[in-house]
Amino acid sequence: MNAPLDVLWLQSGGCGGCSMSLLCADTPDFPALLADAGLRLLWHPSLSRASGDEVTALLDEIANGRRPLDVLVVEGALLRGPNGSGRFHLLAGTGVPMISWVRRLAAQARHVVAVGSCAAWGGVTAGGANPTEACGLQYEDELAGGLLGAGFRAAGGLPVVNIAGCPTHPGWVLETLMALADGSLAAADLDALQRPRFYADQLVHHGCTRNEYYEFKASAERPSDLGCMMEHLGCKGTQAHADCNTRLWNGEGSCTRGGYACISCTEPGFQEPGHAFDSTPKLAGIPIGLPTDMPKAWFVALSSLAKSATPRRVKQNAVADHVVVPPAIRRTRK
Amino acid sequence: MSRLIVGPFNRVEGDLEVRLDVADGRVASAEVVSPMYRGFEQMLVGRPAMDALVVVPRICGICSVSQSVAAARALAAAAGVTPPPNGVHTTNLMLGTENAADHLSHFYLFFMPDFTRPAYAARPWFAEAERRFAALAGVQARKALAARQRWFELLGTLGGKWPHTQSIQPGGSSRAIEAAERLRLLARVREFRAFLEQELVGAPLEELLALHDEAALERWRAAAPGRGDLRLWLDIAADLGLATLGPGPGRLLGYGGFVQPDGGHAFPPGVWEDGRIVPLDLATITEDATHAWLADAPEGALHPSVGLTRPDADKPGGYTWNKAPRLAGRVVETGALARQLLAGQPLVTDFVARHGCGVAARVLARLVELARLPGLMEQALAAIVPREPFHVATRLPDEAEGCGLTEAARGALGHWLRLERGRIASWQIVAPTSWNFSPRDAAGVPGALEAALVGAPVSAGETTPVAVQHVVRSFDPCMVCTVH
Ligand code: SF4
Ligand code: SF4
Repeated sequence: MNAPLDVLWLQSGGCGGCSMSLLCADTPDFPALLADAGLRLLWHPSLSRASGDEVTALLDEIANGRRPLDVLVVEGALLRGPNGSGRFHLLAGTGVPMISWVRRLAAQARHVVAVGSCAAWGGVTAGGANPTEACGLQYEDELAGGLLGAGFRAAGGLPVVNIAGCPTHPGWVLETLMALADGSLAAADLDALQRPRFYADQLVHHGCTRNEYYEFKASAERPSDLGCMMEHLGCKGTQAHADCNTRLWNGEGSCTRGGYACISCTEPGFQEPGHAFDSTPKLAGIPIGLPTDMPKAWFVALSSLAKSATPRRVKQNAVADHVVVPPAIRRTRK
Repeated sequence: MSRLIVGPFNRVEGDLEVRLDVADGRVASAEVVSPMYRGFEQMLVGRPAMDALVVVPRICGICSVSQSVAAARALAAAAGVTPPPNGVHTTNLMLGTENAADHLSHFYLFFMPDFTRPAYAARPWFAEAERRFAALAGVQARKALAARQRWFELLGTLGGKWPHTQSIQPGGSSRAIEAAERLRLLARVREFRAFLEQELVGAPLEELLALHDEAALERWRAAAPGRGDLRLWLDIAADLGLATLGPGPGRLLGYGGFVQPDGGHAFPPGVWEDGRIVPLDLATITEDATHAWLADAPEGALHPSVGLTRPDADKPGGYTWNKAPRLAGRVVETGALARQLLAGQPLVTDFVARHGCGVAARVLARLVELARLPGLMEQALAAIVPREPFHVATRLPDEAEGCGLTEAARGALGHWLRLERGRIASWQIVAPTSWNFSPRDAAGVPGALEAALVGAPVSAGETTPVAVQHVVRSFDPCMVCTVH
C-alpha cells in the first residue's frame, strides 16, 4: 500500500457548502472511508483540532517547501479585490491575502483540486457586477486563466482538477480524491473544462423522473407541478453535465425531483444565465437553450408531433402535484 | 498588557480572527474580526426578484435552508401570499432537519474536540473525552457523523438536495409529499430519535425534557455517571466552571421558530431581558457600520429596510466586514438559548437564573432544543395531509417591500427587500452571527462576543487560549452568513 496522500483543504470566497455536502457522503464511517482510500487530512477548517498558530506554522512549512504536500484542495472563489489587493479575504491570523497563500501553496502541491463551482469558475460569488473580483483557480467563468493562469500545471502534471457543482456531490469529490490516491487519474480522465469525466460525461436529463413528460412536451407550469420543467420553468437538465438524476443527492433527491429546475450549476457562468433562473427564455415560442446535441429544426418538428400525441394521463399529471390520472391497467396475457 | 491575534479560528463556519488584549492572565478586551467579504447584498440588486431563491441559499452551506426560508418569507410578504398548511409544515420539517443537524454537528464536531487538547491531559475525564470526541477519530463523533448523513436524507425527499435546495418558495414547497413518503420520513425521524436517546442522552428524550431545574439535572447526572455524551459534557462543564465562563449581555432576541399555519409558534418570538419577556419591536433594529470596512450612511445607523452595503477596505477605524446590529441601540444575543428562554423551557430558565447566560447555558439550550426537535417534527409529519396543496401560485408586484424572518440554528435571521420595476432594488440581511459577533458601535460599545470574552483566562504561553475557544464556539458562529 502506498503512503497516504496528504490533503490540505482551504476555504476562501464560498459558503462552506461543499464541505458540508462532503460530510453527507454515503458511508457509515466517514473517517474510515478516508483512511481506507489512502487519504489523510492534514488540515480541514471544519474538521481538524488544530487552530491558530498550529495552522499557520503548517502552512508556512508547506509554502516554504520544507514539508511536501500531495493535494491542495480549494473550496470557494478566489477574491482578488479590491483593486487586485486580495484584501477581501485575508487569511485570519496572518494578515496575508488568501490569494497569496493559494499561489504559494499551489506551487508546491503535487495536485491542485478546485472543489465546487466557486473554486472552479468563480461561481455565485462572481455574480452580479462581481464586487469582489472573484475568480476560479484556473478559470474565470469559461475563460481559462483565473488565479493561477491557463498554463499552470501542478507538480504531478495535471492542470487544476475542477470538481464543479454548487455544491459538489460528495461522491464526485471522494472518487476524484480516491483516483488521485491510487494514481489512476490521468489528463484524459478530465473533460475540456478539466472536470472529472466520470460525472461530467453525463447529463442531468439522464434518469430524470420527468423524462416521459419531456418526450411528450407535457410541461409544468408552476413549481410543484409534475411535468417537464424545460419548456417554462428554466430547466437546463438537457445541457448540464452531471449525473444528478442517476447518482442521487441525500439518499434520493435531485433538483428536478425536488420540483425545481436544474440551473446547470456545474457549468461555468451558470450564476448569470442572462434570464430569470425560474423561467425559460424563448424565441417565437421555442426555448433558446435547446438540448445539447439537438438540431433546432428537429426539436421543433419533434416537439409539435409529441404534443399532438400526448396521452391524457401525461397531459393532466403534468400540471398537478401528484398523479391524478394513474396509468391504465392492461391485461398482460393474450 | 500583551496582544494576541488568534486565527485561523477553525471548527466554526467561515473565517474568523480574534484580537485579544491580555493582562494578568485574563482577556482585558477583544475585537472580533470577520476577514472575508463576498457582497451578496450588492450582487442581488438589479436581479429579477425570484432569482433570490437561487442566490440567497448560497450565502451559507451550513444553514442554507434558513437563508431560503427568510428570502421566501420576504418575497411572500411582498407578494401578499400565504403558503397552504402543507407548505408551512414542510418548511418546518426542512428547517427542523437543518437546525437539528447543526446542533448535532456543533456538539460533536465543532465544540467537543477542544476538550481533547493536551492542556487538559491531567483532568480525570480526559481519556474518555478523547476516546469519544477526538477530531476525525472519536468513536462518538464518528457515530454522530453517520447519524447526520442518514438524517440529511430527509432533505433529499423534502427538498431535492442539501445544501442549496430551491424547493422553498414564497407560496410553499415545490415538492409535494405523498402518503407513503410521509411514513418513510416518519421512520427516519424515529431513527434519529433513537440515536439521540442511545448516544447523546442515554435515556428517552422525554426523560431529559421532564427535568425541571438544575437540581433535578444534577440528580439525573449523578444517577448514571458517564452514560450518554450529555452527561460526560456536564461532568466536564462542572469541572471547568463553564457555567460562568463567557457571559452574554443578558438580553436575548428571537424571531419565532416553527411557525404554525394559524400564525402561532412552537418557539415564540420576543426579547428576553434579565428574566422578563418583552415584545419585540422590529422597527428598533439598526445596523451601525462605524467599525466595519463599509461606508457609513450620513444618517448613521440604519434600519435594514433602508440599509446600505458599500465596501471601503481603507476605512479608518474599520476592523471587520460585519456591521453592528443593535436593538433599540442595545447589544443582544441570539440563538437556541434565546429560543428556549422565550419558550419558557423550565430547565434552561432555571439554569440561567442560577448562572446567567454563559458557555454552559448556550450548550445546554442547544442540546435541550435538539431533544425537542424530533417530537416537533413528528407532529409536523402528522399534520401533513397528502394530496392537499403544498404550494400556491405567487405573483410579485413590480413595486413592493417585504421582510422575512426565521430562526436559523444560530438564531434570529432577517431579510429586508425592496422591489422596483420588478427587480430587486435593495436586499439587506441581518444574520444571527451578525448579532452575536458584532463589532463595536458608534458609541464604542463592544458586541456580544467581544464583551463575553472579557475575563476569559489565558495561561502563560498560550497563543490560542483554550478558554477563548470555548467561549467563541459556544455561540456556534457562522461567519459566512455574518459577512455574506
Ligand atoms: S425536467 Fe429537465 S432534466 Fe427533467 S426531463 Fe425535463 S428537461 Fe430533462
Ligand atoms: S441538477 Fe443541475 S443544478 Fe441541480 S445539482 Fe445537478 S447540475 Fe446542479
